[in-house]
Amino acid sequence: MPPDVRLSAPAEPEVDERTEEAADEATLADTPWQTIVWNDPVNLMSYVTYVLQKLFGYDKAKATALMLDVHHKGRATVSSGSREKVEGDVSRLHAAGLWATMQRAS
Amino acid sequence: MKAWRRQGRGDRVRYVAVLERPEASVLRGLMGQIEQMLTGRGAEAPDDELASLTGIRTGPSTPPEDPVLARLLPDFASSDEKDADDLSSALRSMREPELIEAKRAAIATVLATCPAGGGRVELAPSQAEEWLAAINDVRLALGVALEVTEDMPEQLPADDPRADHLPVYHWLTWLQDSLVMTLTG
Repeated sequence: MPPDVRLSAPAEPEVDERTEEAADEATLADTPWQTIVWNDPVNLMSYVTYVLQKLFGYDKAKATALMLDVHHKGRATVSSGSREKVEGDVSRLHAAGLWATMQRAS
Repeated sequence: MKAWRRQGRGDRVRYVAVLERPEASVLRGLMGQIEQMLTGRGAEAPDDELASLTGIRTGPSTPPEDPVLARLLPDFASSDEKDADDLSSALRSMREPELIEAKRAAIATVLATCPAGGGRVELAPSQAEEWLAAINDVRLALGVALEVTEDMPEQLPADDPRADHLPVYHWLTWLQDSLVMTLTG
């Protein structure tokens, strides 16, 4: 990196306020997980659409709609399923450079 | 350079561009820097007896302090998820080594297919995908370093210390977008 440039991390996105749910562990274990892609100022709209098509097999219309949600709403749920599946999805999105996280479906 | 173009059909399709010497030099230089950062992070992985016995590598459980590496290797759990820190730590230990390997492999493909002195680059589809990922990582790194925002101007005022570096970022944006368009067009 150029030495004269200050390094800074991207700001955390704003997250919806959620009420704490008193779910017991048995219920939590059965709750499906979601893969969230967050907006960031670097990833190109064309590239995000391409990655969503490539990784999840979505057609162009669906991938584009998800990309636009990321762009305009700041985030989109791009896949869901078991914890293991979603872990793998997040990992593949990180390999592609998208900013993705996982959480339990609410 | 001119935009990427597609040549051939079916199994023989190739994505082709001709890079000028300075373009190849900048691209390879940035790739090399990211590769070094990733290699350094990979070397931080704990070298414990269990790992050497089982052959299963584990990575660090805490995010990189360096903001560029932190962007390339983000946390797994949403910050409002229950036990987010524990989940992110566990998944980072388990998955970061393979993530670093994937990113290093993509960079290695770029370095192997982009002539150091510039010239013709010819990519099979799988190589083109690795180029996209590697260019994206370099853009993410520059994005952190240059504090890129959604509405980044084409040029910054001359007295802005980032002004000289921004054109490289914009060129990489074009290089990546052109390759996406050629792959999907």
